[in-house]
Amino acid sequence: MNTTAVTIFVALFALVTVLGFVAARWRRGNLNELHEWGLGGRRFGTIVTWFLLGGDLYTAYTFIAVPAVLFGAGAQGFFAVPYTILVYPIVYAIYPRLWSVAQAKGYVTAADFVRGRFGNHALALAVAVTGIVATMPYIALQLVGMEVAIAGLGISMDTTFPGIGTIHGFPLLVAFVVLALYTYNSGLRAPALIALVKDALLYILVIAAVIIIPIELGGWGKIFAAADPKTLLLAAPTAESLGPQAAYATLALGSTLALFLYPHAVTGLLSSSSRHVVRRNAVILPAYSFALGLIALLGTMAVAAGVKSMPQFAEGFKAFGNQYAVPALIVHSFPSWFVGVAFAAIAIGALVPAAIMSIACANLFTRNIWKEYVNPAVSGKGEAQVAKIVSLVVKAGALFFIIELPTTYAIQLQLLGGILIIQTLPSVIFGLYTNRLHPWALLIGWGAGIGAGTWMAAANAFKASIYPITLFGYTIPCYAAVSSLILNIIVTVVLSWAFNALLRTPPSDQTVEADYI
Amino acid sequence: MDKPKRRHFRPIHLLLLIPYVAMMWVGSYNRIAPEIAGVPFFYWYQLLWIVLGAAVMIPVYLADERDEASRK
Repeated sequence: MNTTAVTIFVALFALVTVLGFVAARWRRGNLNELHEWGLGGRRFGTIVTWFLLGGDLYTAYTFIAVPAVLFGAGAQGFFAVPYTILVYPIVYAIYPRLWSVAQAKGYVTAADFVRGRFGNHALALAVAVTGIVATMPYIALQLVGMEVAIAGLGISMDTTFPGIGTIHGFPLLVAFVVLALYTYNSGLRAPALIALVKDALLYILVIAAVIIIPIELGGWGKIFAAADPKTLLLAAPTAESLGPQAAYATLALGSTLALFLYPHAVTGLLSSSSRHVVRRNAVILPAYSFALGLIALLGTMAVAAGVKSMPQFAEGFKAFGNQYAVPALIVHSFPSWFVGVAFAAIAIGALVPAAIMSIACANLFTRNIWKEYVNPAVSGKGEAQVAKIVSLVVKAGALFFIIELPTTYAIQLQLLGGILIIQTLPSVIFGLYTNRLHPWALLIGWGAGIGAGTWMAAANAFKASIYPITLFGYTIPCYAAVSSLILNIIVTVVLSWAFNALLRTPPSDQTVEADYI
Repeated sequence: MDKPKRRHFRPIHLLLLIPYVAMMWVGSYNRIAPEIAGVPFFYWYQLLWIVLGAAVMIPVYLADERDEASRK
């Protein structure tokens, strides 16, 4: 165990814990209202939203998993860069409309909007359940990020107490009890305030890493020279197949389309104080993408540093596979005080999204399941109370998941998560522009997309999300989220046309065009 | 106004499509040369597009904000 690093790590962790509780008093509102607890009162301006969304979208798992792919498989892992480039024009063009209609009608979740726009309970429930199911393994993966950071510090996961015995995952348990308490107490204000610390630490880590490590390794030329020449680029298309380039493009596109359908992304956006804040953030959030791109290259640096063959990291690689590449590189390259800062950045980087994700799930459950089906007469205070309790349950579930089940499970479910959440795109995104899609057509399209996507992922034994599509004897390796979404859209559009022609039911729409602009 | 407010398409929004064309055309950047400071084209070109992708949104943003201010 590295005492200096652990001391700094614990000190930074304690600092954000205090901030988490103090946050309740920040921009004070009545935390017994759901939009105050779960959306920070829709009061966050450009700067706070920038920190909040940056802290929310660029998760600890990203910082571990993306470099891990570059470390293990080379160029393919860099798809995360076009992914984060393509996200923001969509946010810019589309999401101010969602913000405006949510503000006008008091919507807290995407499912609230779908319910109002299409007047169909079943469709709203499908959107809400998809959101919750896709987010749960995402929260679990934040714990993996934290686990890797804790392991990198040399802290044992099993803590033995005299008289009680050994508790597996004790450090994670402590971290998550603390997280659960301040989220319960302060709601979305807690991760918003902590995001400031997270992002500051993260930028420090990135700047240090891209300056110091290449110097230690003898320059960028040497780093890329050490990479496997076969995976430094993507393989070229052949006469029979578009090959990895199609996989690369569809992974980037599919991830882009899925990202802002995730409940935690919607929650972050809706907490901003105006549609102008949403637009400005689309323009300035790419600053994080740049940090992400540089962090991705840590995977390539880890290859050049040769951490995999170093005996002191053998145990870590055995436990976490390639996900240990970044922690090993950090321990190998930095003095121990900075190792503490770096791992605190990763661990706190897990806390912020985990908090926002659990709040987003709680908002969905409260609004679209509890209020809709269990207690329609629930008061504002009752809503906030249910949401607070659900946020605890969600985190406990994720913790159980990670301690009791193999990590690969969470990764496989996360892979499926993107394929599931993207199926809500026609209801949410197309819904922002038209109410002429028939709700039952949307629901059947959603089901077709979920079915096809899950089938393709299952055909890969949930180990990969690229499924080859063969058209006229030509193979296109395609991210299953994209191909299943195309099926979903075709089914939705064709059936909407048929249902509208046959049934002639007028749309049951609570909103008018003026709500969107 | 007696007519409901209608969305109108503004051609400047087409700028937002440029990053999609650039990034989806993987073949255009899947190569090593030219390198910058030892970084292959594939890597620095995509990093550069993070900046360009943000840059194309700026004129669109300015146009939209001006437009919305004048409608009020």
